[in-house]
Order: sequence, then structure tokens, then C-alpha cells
Amino acid sequence: MPNYTFSVNGKTVTVDAPADLPLLWALRDKLGVKGPKYGCGINVCKACTSHINGKAVNPCVVPVADAQGKEVTTIEGLADGDILHPVQQAWLEQDVAQCGYCQPGQIMAAVALLKRTKKPTDADIDAIENVCRCGTYFRVRKAIKRAAELMGG
Amino acid sequence: MGTPTRRQILAFLVAAPTLTIAVNLTGDEPTAEAAIPTPPAPADLIDLGELLILAAAPTSNMLILTVESDGMVTLQLPREEVGQGITTATAMLVAEEMDIPLSQVRVRLDDARPELLFNQLTGGSNTIRAVYEPVRRAAAAARTRLVAAAAARWDTEASSLRTQEGEVVSLDGLHISFGELAVEAANTALSVGSPALKPESEFTLIGKATSRIDARAMVTGTQQYTLDLDVPGALPTMVRRPPSINGTVRSVDNAAAVRAMPGVVDLAVIQTGVAVAAETFGQALDATRALKVTWNAGTVDSESDATIKKKLRAAALPFVVPPLLTQHVDAEFDFAFASHAPLETNSAIADVRADRAEIWAGLKSPIVAQQTIAQELGLSEDAVKVHVIQGGGSFGRRLFFDSALEAARISKAMKRPVKLMWSRIDDMRHGRARAASHHKIRATYALGNVLTFEHRVASVETDFRHGLGEILTAMAANLPVGGNLSFAQTVFLTTIKSPYNFGVTTQLLNEVPLKMHTGSWRSVYSANTRGAEEIMVDELARKLGKDPVAFRREFLKTDKQRAVLNKVATEGKWGQSLPAGFAQGVGFHEEYKSCTACMVTIDARDTKNPRVVKAVIAADYGRPINPRGLEAQLLGGLTDAIATTLRAGLHLDRGLPLEGSYSQFHYARQKDSPTDVKIFIMPPNGEPGGAGELGVPAAVGAIANAYARATGIAPRSFPINFPVDFEPFPR
Repeated sequence: MPNYTFSVNGKTVTVDAPADLPLLWALRDKLGVKGPKYGCGINVCKACTSHINGKAVNPCVVPVADAQGKEVTTIEGLADGDILHPVQQAWLEQDVAQCGYCQPGQIMAAVALLKRTKKPTDADIDAIENVCRCGTYFRVRKAIKRAAELMGG
Repeated sequence: MGTPTRRQILAFLVAAPTLTIAVNLTGDEPTAEAAIPTPPAPADLIDLGELLILAAAPTSNMLILTVESDGMVTLQLPREEVGQGITTATAMLVAEEMDIPLSQVRVRLDDARPELLFNQLTGGSNTIRAVYEPVRRAAAAARTRLVAAAAARWDTEASSLRTQEGEVVSLDGLHISFGELAVEAANTALSVGSPALKPESEFTLIGKATSRIDARAMVTGTQQYTLDLDVPGALPTMVRRPPSINGTVRSVDNAAAVRAMPGVVDLAVIQTGVAVAAETFGQALDATRALKVTWNAGTVDSESDATIKKKLRAAALPFVVPPLLTQHVDAEFDFAFASHAPLETNSAIADVRADRAEIWAGLKSPIVAQQTIAQELGLSEDAVKVHVIQGGGSFGRRLFFDSALEAARISKAMKRPVKLMWSRIDDMRHGRARAASHHKIRATYALGNVLTFEHRVASVETDFRHGLGEILTAMAANLPVGGNLSFAQTVFLTTIKSPYNFGVTTQLLNEVPLKMHTGSWRSVYSANTRGAEEIMVDELARKLGKDPVAFRREFLKTDKQRAVLNKVATEGKWGQSLPAGFAQGVGFHEEYKSCTACMVTIDARDTKNPRVVKAVIAADYGRPINPRGLEAQLLGGLTDAIATTLRAGLHLDRGLPLEGSYSQFHYARQKDSPTDVKIFIMPPNGEPGGAGELGVPAAVGAIANAYARATGIAPRSFPINFPVDFEPFPR
């Protein structure tokens, strides 16, 4: 099997995997990075949302070969040691999570949104498709707006 | 539970359970005078939650609380956390009673403990109601021992000491931490007075809005769910399932070719399909897809939505009151199947050996899981260890242990540990669902009063074969005669009641047994049954020329009920003028000694694509433990109602749901949720009522009523907009 080398949360890794293995399983089953969650496998629930070179992607449909040479960031790589990212901080303030399973994806989607626009509108937030089966959406919305404030947007 | 080490004390509660169950708990006396009183229904006198508390009572004192020498206190909770916030709420109970900071309390989910009998079932909104007093008693017992240990050390009277912030403090300023006292407090020779519970008037933490104790783990990605556990050697495993529900394998036609696929390690035929273990889930999924299997028929292959609707209509029991004598309103409602669709699909880890087995899974009935798996494997009960893992949602799904049993079978067949994950498609098509139901309601009225209110519910059988969480009642639910149907009647009778004085009120259930996978779905019968009734209440109000809020105010039974209704009417500016296509709607619901009112504003300018834009909710829980958690549960209930009332359901087609993922089963997303939500938790006025399921039925009513007022279309079939707007996945 071919080898692929890329960085995960700032650390260079090499995985031995078939080219078409979804990145999600390379992360979870080969590298032990369990933050990104499986929810559908076809890019419709968005629970696995992570970043490649700073952009939100869904590793359940990204072949591991596509990560070659790139920077992958998962929820585990968001905080700076013990210092949480402002989006994580806002999530705590609003006590967003219920079961928590979709929240890594929700947070990574929010971080990507705030990179694109400093002060997201309700319409921008509506465009986030991540499913939260516990129905925390209103708190997600408040937390994104709060994070924008914390980030000076 | 392990042997206590020198670093710990164990506080077993040995006092007899003192939980008292008041039978007449309807709250204040009925006050409506003009309306014709409705006598109490069984659920008014004793509800399902109370039945579960009664069943749990004999072992409710067997909680385990540990104080460590570093001052950390651990409660072992014999329940399952799936997002509903019970670990946080019970940690608050411990912290309050012991006078320690919340950060010093850990809550661990108990492994299956068969000695707890009926006291390890998470359902019927019963957790906090069942443990409110026992957990505080356990904590009070521990605190009393710690004070006694300090008194012995300082050679003084325990009564002269007090506790604060995790320390025992003396009148003259001595203080010592609980951790330092842990070992001395465990001394059985210690003379200890009888522990007294802190009076509710002295609570400082209970009732205060508190964030989840696991929130940081969740936002940093370190919260572990079943599939995140590292069990040595447990290989990613998936199952190829039949083209219709309960189909079975006749033959596997390309086993050798699939075994030769990259990463594939093993393959086994089991009752539910063909299992493949591989190095990664990606490879296991590819392999299950590549399998060529010949299948035997399923158990409901001739059933589709139309045949089920017909069966349900035939099963609805007749009304008693003829329509001719008085003015009346008749209506019929249909509700589709609804997947629980927790974001974490059915999953489990199993390590089955010749003489023992170990299971890890999100389980709300771990004892019956352990007992059933032991039987299945031919092992004794105590040779099977079942760990309860925090779940990624449930909504009723994890009352059943389908994945744990299946993982055990696969592990036994493959002779290796397996980490089983259901695909989303399988979880939606072969997992469980809320049963489809049909409702006939007739109300008669005269002279401004409602004389009779009759509701006939016909439902596909809801599976309660988890019993009360252990094998005996599960077997009773499995009996061919009576069995599940009697169980279902009990659940219906102990949950369904009318909050209104509508004269002679009868609510009856008749179920159609079909061999398919159903199960309680958040609020069991109430979402559909009470949801439909709330629509009827609006239609009755219209017939009588009354405003929906004023009408409810007049016919609700108690002031406590009216208080939550008035709260949403005031806070939500009921009756304000809105643009064309927008409307407000209101709903009310009471269950498990709690009540709630929900008011929504809907934008239905596009009748095919309406959106709830605003919601105001008020709820009275008797004794709110954590208002922030309760608000979260109401928000979740609202979102569930938005989804299932407007768009989310399953179409059954020749024995299989068409929907296979969230792109097809339209559970609400951010764009479907209101941008303005206000939630009010009423002040404490009694004991805790049920919380987790309360929010759904009122919101179903409010949304349907708002839709009707905005569009002039009387909603009769749910979800309201339910086209097959997708290409189904192959079977």
C-alpha cells in the first residue's frame, strides 16, 4: 500500500493506506485521532467537519491521497494547549453541547465561517448544514455570534 | 464496584428507602368552575415515572459514592447519559449535599448491576425523579461520616462542626479537607449520628443555572463515545443487512473474494446479516458493499405506508358518543414512522471468550442486555461484564441493546474482539423507529362547554421488550399472550391524560402488532397523542368563537398549568399583529408532574417550506435542579417537534424505509430553527417532575396550530410536508 505524508494538528504523520481510503478512517483507525465523528459517510451530516489548509472539509468523503502534503486540523488541534480557541470558549459560555457527538464538527464549521467572515449574519449561520440531532441550533447560533465578539468581529 | 482501597471510603446507603410516593399528586385542586370537570385519568393518579420509581425503590439505597484522599468525590450513577444532562444534575445534588465545589464531583456511569433489579433503566423521564432523594441521602451519609471523623480527630462534638467548600470547619476556626479525612471517615468503629438532609430552603447550587460538567471534553474532542474506546484487538466491524426488515441470509455467494479484499480480516454470517471485520471501517464498509448475498424474505415485506394506514384505520376503536345529538368536532390524524436517528449510530464493542465476555456500549437497559447476552452465549450472568458508555444521543433508541447483542454474536463467531458500527443507512432502515399512528378524536360541546372528548389511538405496536430493564419483566413483555400489548397499555395509561376539563374524557389505545423494529421515541405516545389533541383544542376554540389562549385558560384544570400558559402569552406577545403568511400558535402539555406551554411564530408564506422563526416556552418542573439543562431539554424538544411536525419522517415501502440518511430523513437543521428563542423555568414549588420528554408534545401542537392559522390549512397528516424528494439508496 502507498504511503501518504501530511500534517495533523501540527504534527507530521505518514500513513500506509489505500489511496481511496476516506481520510476520516485514516485519522480515526490508523492515527487514533478520534475527534472527527462518523455520522453518515456521505457528507450530509457534517459531523466529521475538519480543516484542510484552513478550509472546512468533510474527511468522510476526502480520499487520504488528497491530504498528501497538506495541513489537516481536527477539533483536537484547535486549542493552543490549555488555552481554548474563542469559538470553544463561546461554546462553553453558551453551554451548547448536549450529547456532544456533533459538536466537534459544529465548532470546526463555525471556525471556518468566522475565518471567511468576521461578523456572520443569521443567513450565514443558516448556511451551516451540520446536523445536531439534540437540536442545539439556537445555542450554536448564539455561540457563533459570541465568538465573533470575542474575536473582535 | 471494586474493593475499597485505603485511599477511599465507600458510602453504601443502608437505610431503608424512604422515598414516599404520593398518589394524589395532581398539584393544586382543580379550580375551573364553569367548565365541566374531567375526573382524573390513571396517569393523573400514578404516572409511568412513578411506576418506575416504585419499581426502583427497593434498591434505590444501593448507590455507591466514593470519597478519595485527594478530596474528589465519585458518584456511580446507575443510569445512561445521552446528552440529557443527568450526570451534571446528579453531580449538583452531591455537591449541594456535601458542601463541596461542583468541580470536585465526578459521575461515572455504573456497569450493569443485576442486583439493582428494576433500578437501572433510563427512560420515562425518571432519572432525576428517582434519584433526587437517594443521591442526596448517599451524599449526606458521606458528609456525616466526614464530620464525625473530624470530631474524633479534634475531640469535640460533631454538632459543633459545619462543612463548607469541601472542608469541615470548627467554631474556633480549625478546618480540614474531606480528602484528609477520607480514611478516618471509613473507620467502621467511628461513632456517627444519623445523617439529615439539607433543607431545600438552604439550597445554593440546586436550582442554579449550571453548565455541563463534560462540556470542556465535548468542545475539545476528548469526550469518548463507544467507538472512540481503544479495546486491544477490537477490529472495525460492519454488517451487510437484508433488503427488507428482518430478512435473513440464505447464502453468501462471494465470500472468498470478499475475504481477499484489502484490509479484510474476517467474515461471519449472523442472524441479522453478514459481518465483516477489517483493519479500518472504510475497508469494512467497502467489503460489506461488495458482498453478494442471497436473502430470505423479511417479516413485513408486504407492508407499505398505504397498507399500514389501512390497518391502523381498521384498528381504531369506535367512539361511544354518537355525533347526532349535539354539536361536535371530529378529526382524524396520521403520523408517519420517525427514526430516532441519534448522531452516533448503533455501535458496541464486544470481546467474547470461551468462558467470559465483556461489552461496551451506550445502554439504557444494561441489566437485561447482560442477561440476554449471557443466555445467548451460554455463559453465566456474572461471566458477562457490561460497561455503560456515554451515548451520542438516544431519544429512546438506546433503551434497546441491539448493537451490543449483535457485537457479542459476531465476536463469538469470529473468536476475536470486535468494534461494531452500524452504517447510517442501516441505522435508519434497520434501526428502530417511532411507530406510525392514526388518531380519531371527537369532541361534543353545548352552551360554551365541552361535554365529551374522545380520542382513539391506533398505533403500530411499540416494542417494550426491554421490560423494566431486567430479564423478568422483559420476558413478561415477550410473552405471546398479553405480553408486549399489555405492557403498551400500561405505558399508555400511565402517560396519557388530558389537562383540560372537557367533561367525559376517554383516551384509548389499540395496537397492531407487526414484526418490525419500533421503540419509544422521546415522549413515547404523547408527541402524537397529545400533539393531535392540542390541534383539536384550537379547533374547538374556533367552533366556540374563543381565542386559543383564552380557551385553554378557561378549561385547564389548575392555576399551575395556567401560570405557564400566561407566561408564554405575555412574554410572546400573544395576539400581536403579524404580516400575511405569519402566525402564532400555542400548545400545552403536562406529564410526569411537570407542565409546559409553548408558543411559536411561523413563517408559512411558502406553505411547502414553512419555518418556525420564534419560540417562547415556559415550564414548571416542581423542583428545577439545573435550569440551564432544563432549557436545553426544552430547546431539544422544540427542535424535535419542528422536525417531525413539518418535514421529518420515514416512508415504509415493501418492508423497508426509503430514507437512509439525513439528506432524506429531514431532521431539522440550522436553517429550519428559530432565530429567537426564549425559555422560562418557573420557580421551585415542590419535588422534581419529569424533564427529558416534556417539551415535545406542546411544541408539536404549537407548530401545527401556527401553521393552520397562517395558511388556513388544517393539518391532518404528519409530517405536513412529506414528499419523497430523493432517490432512495439501493436496497
